[in-house]
Amino acid sequence: MSKANRPLSPHLQVYRWGAHMAVSIMHRATGAALAFGTIILVWWLVALATGPEYFSLVQGYFGSIIGRLILFGLTLALMQHLASGIRHLFMDAGKLYSLGRNSATAKFTFVFSVISTLLIWYMAYRAMGAL
Amino acid sequence: MTDMNTPLSKVRGLGSAKSGTHHWFIHRITAVAQIPLVIFFVVSMARNMGGDHASWAAWLGQPLVAVLMALFIANSCYHMRLGLMTVVEDYVHEKGNRLLATLTLTFGTILLAAFGIFSILRISFGG
Repeated sequence: MSKANRPLSPHLQVYRWGAHMAVSIMHRATGAALAFGTIILVWWLVALATGPEYFSLVQGYFGSIIGRLILFGLTLALMQHLASGIRHLFMDAGKLYSLGRNSATAKFTFVFSVISTLLIWYMAYRAMGAL
Repeated sequence: MTDMNTPLSKVRGLGSAKSGTHHWFIHRITAVAQIPLVIFFVVSMARNMGGDHASWAAWLGQPLVAVLMALFIANSCYHMRLGLMTVVEDYVHEKGNRLLATLTLTFGTILLAAFGIFSILRISFGG
């Protein structure tokens, strides 16, 4: 059999990048990141149930610069997963398959995740009295 | 001896995921349930940010909050189990490794849900 120069299976590198592809990859990546986020959330709940001393220790970790960066990234991941998840539900129902709409909604999920994340963090900083 | 099994019954449970559409369907159901729960969660977190132990415990001690948070933890863990299982099915091909990943994922997510919900109940019932 001749070794023709053709792809044997749909590897990612043969495709031209587009918003639809990015949003699909991001959906899986953010989903995996949110598994880590859920572990952190449960840790926080366990700390809350353990008592004030341990809770303030854990709050100190989350309140640090690195902690805040991680939580900001997780908020972004959650909002991105939410938006692209809703988009996937529409696609499961057979909608959004025209090239224009498919691409436009893919781009919109990124716009949504950034804006909603900034809004959530604005609310959080306001609640803390920092704004 | 005559084989009385139908062709369908012979192939059931033999796919890569060992089951049919149930996994896909329940993944979507948990996804729909996550929409209001995630909104509730992020808004609650943002609005109570900066609180000390007493104020967070008081927040979680409210019956409605405790119920919604318990549902959020349970649904998150279930949805996570289904999503990560799909990832395992895509990338982990060797039988032993896949079984190990399946066990880790299943026990891990159930353990996580148990710890989360127990903590919520402990605060609710003032343990």
